[in-house]
Amino acid sequence: MTQAIHHHQFDNGLILLGESMGWLESAAFAIQLPAGHALDPVDRLGTANFACDMVQRGCGPRDSRQFVEDLDRLGTDRSASVSAVHTSFGATMLADNLESALRIYADLVRQPHLPENQIEDGRMVCLQEVAAAEDDLVHRTMVRLRHRHYGAPWGRTPHGTFESVEQITLDNVARHVSSNFHPNGTILSVAGKIDWDQLVNVVGNLFSDWQPQSEPPLRTSNAEGGYEFIPYESNQTQIGVAFPCVPYSHPDYFQARGAVGILSDGMSSRLFTEVREKRGLCYTVHASCHSLREQGSVLCYAATSTENSQQTLDVLLAELMRLPQGVEPTELDRLKTRIKSSLILQQESSASRCLSMAGDWYHLGRILNPEELSRIIDGLSCESINAFLAANPPQTFTVVTLGEKELEVAHGTS
Amino acid sequence: MELREYQLTNGLDVIAECNPRAYSTALAFFVNTGARDETPDVAGVSHFLEHMTFKGTPRRSAEDVNRELDELGSHSNAYTSEEQTVYYATVLPEYQDATLDLLADIMRPSLRQEDFEMEKSVILEEILKYEDQPPFGAHEKCMAAFFGDHPLGNNILGTTESVSALTAEAMTEYFRQRYSPGNMTLVATGNVDFDSLVRAAENHCGTWPEIKTQRTVTRAMGHAHCEVLQKDNAMQQYTVLISAGPAAEDEDRHAGRVLATIFGDDTGSRLYWDLVDNGLCEYAGTAPYEFQGTGIFMSFLCCTPDRFEANLDLVRAAQARIGQNGITADELELAKNKLSSQLVRQSERPSNRIFSVGNAWLQRRSYQTVKQRLAALQAVDLEAVHRVLEKHPLHACTTVAVGP
Repeated sequence: MTQAIHHHQFDNGLILLGESMGWLESAAFAIQLPAGHALDPVDRLGTANFACDMVQRGCGPRDSRQFVEDLDRLGTDRSASVSAVHTSFGATMLADNLESALRIYADLVRQPHLPENQIEDGRMVCLQEVAAAEDDLVHRTMVRLRHRHYGAPWGRTPHGTFESVEQITLDNVARHVSSNFHPNGTILSVAGKIDWDQLVNVVGNLFSDWQPQSEPPLRTSNAEGGYEFIPYESNQTQIGVAFPCVPYSHPDYFQARGAVGILSDGMSSRLFTEVREKRGLCYTVHASCHSLREQGSVLCYAATSTENSQQTLDVLLAELMRLPQGVEPTELDRLKTRIKSSLILQQESSASRCLSMAGDWYHLGRILNPEELSRIIDGLSCESINAFLAANPPQTFTVVTLGEKELEVAHGTS
Repeated sequence: MELREYQLTNGLDVIAECNPRAYSTALAFFVNTGARDETPDVAGVSHFLEHMTFKGTPRRSAEDVNRELDELGSHSNAYTSEEQTVYYATVLPEYQDATLDLLADIMRPSLRQEDFEMEKSVILEEILKYEDQPPFGAHEKCMAAFFGDHPLGNNILGTTESVSALTAEAMTEYFRQRYSPGNMTLVATGNVDFDSLVRAAENHCGTWPEIKTQRTVTRAMGHAHCEVLQKDNAMQQYTVLISAGPAAEDEDRHAGRVLATIFGDDTGSRLYWDLVDNGLCEYAGTAPYEFQGTGIFMSFLCCTPDRFEANLDLVRAAQARIGQNGITADELELAKNKLSSQLVRQSERPSNRIFSVGNAWLQRRSYQTVKQRLAALQAVDLEAVHRVLEKHPLHACTTVAVGP
């Protein structure tokens, strides 16, 4: 692999990241603005999400319809989302159309129309999202789990509630955009068939006169932890378990990632083997590392029939408690092969490289290139992971279950 | 990129789209069997069998299979559809031989009784999982209502009752009939060493006995039907609409895809502007599905229950409008642009390309390069789309809704 990874910081604070992947026909970009839902006023939850919809209703010289049609004409596959810390927009397209698409998104973040005559349409979209999220039991369970585990605002859902979305005014939306869409704290990541020097020029022309603003301090959270049961008439019980872990920026992060990989990566991982293959308790079970900038955790999920739910939770927790007893060399070897294979396969996707780079920059302030990552993975040993687990055993679990029967949590909750 | 093909004497086709510049190699066995090949007494057997192939062979235990798939660093999985069961793995090129050894081996599974009972519990959990998820069975119920007695209306997972009653013997017999080498294709894409692939196929698959097997393909007659099912604790109303469309072998399938994009793509389509942009629906979209002998257009709506009837009226009005007035040249160009870009982007990864290549081979025994597919798409004109609309009017649909 020959890497061509670049970064550039403009005077106004905007960070541009680029990876040139000349073997592809496509290019992808992601713009992450420091405008996450953690900034929502407490009586207007859902404002960032509402704003994310409204800025896509016309910008620069285009009205709402032209905005969509122009991007469709460029053959873009688009995304827009809101997390606790970011409002993000992204698109993948044929590389020839990258510059035109960036031009439209520059207008979106700098000159959105926020049309007054579409505020009620935007509200309806947001209310539909609140309603649809209620029917998604996995989402409901994991949202509650994150909320209990991280507390507000980090663990909240971006959608707000029916009541809060009804309260949001065009003025709230406009204020959110004007205060939080700014170049400082924004990351623009681009990967694919690109020419870096040309990209710096194009982005400079589009964004360098964008004025920086002060960033508001983020509020701290107040986690509840413990066990929460959500009664619900359903076939299956949804089970979510969280426990604290180191964040991505911590020097020991990859020790934790190794341990969780052994727990959950692949069909020979411990959870899949013990919960599904040996006992036939469920169809879905997994665990993954989740990271905020200064706080990390492991989030686990399983879904199973009411009848099997207690045993599934017990086996899941027992596997977490067993981790500090040590990981085996064969498990680690398999994991290393899987991760390194994924790193190479990522070279076939401009979209996944561009998201990876943006994530690295947000958490680390730099990009881990695939060779460096590969060296870190090679450096993992059973000894190093076991030492990490001895010092940081899974404990103080936060548990949320949704279903017909309340469960007993055998191991300590926070 | 180059297509290479070979046939073993027992009838197994080996086809590969070789791209020496790719970082990865994707390998798959496409078995020409799925829910449409099942009789009611074995409903769900194709999908259950797909799970059982991972449970071990005379040479490997279930744990060995899972462990080796991970040791190869593979991204692998399997799926069962109405007419195919597909086992696939994407690996680094150096693991091509070892991966084929494993994939070919699990195509001759042991189907052990104790594994059968354990996996049955997993399948029953999978059925429960989908029953709890939107659209709460509306998709399967609408397929069943549209197809009536035609086997394309069969439910892929089967039911709790049919899967509980299934025996290992019945599965073994189904396997013997349907996993005959003449009914399977080994497909490879990406950085493939074709000569080595053929040698390995001869070595691992050459002794598989050939059994004559076939699928009776009849064109389905859609049944107009409308049904609303109650689910009290759902928050939203979920609606599925199915009408007839071009089949996999119909030349008009390209025009059908363009039509579905214009009518119901996720963004910028007629349904998008009528129902999604203004927040009347959380989701509204249409996609084409092409089977052998029959195709369908399937639309899906998710909205608050109070908007359900009014939204359905808007969909019907949109169907009637496109049926009467057709589409515009501008819509046609926009849709072709979107589909072309999508096609090129998806083709960058061997792990995507394998489904396209394998599917075309199974359905039509043909291969098209990305360039040929782009040309076929660009050749779609107003007349072709209007021909599809005339032949397959969107308003002649079956509707099933689930919600409070």
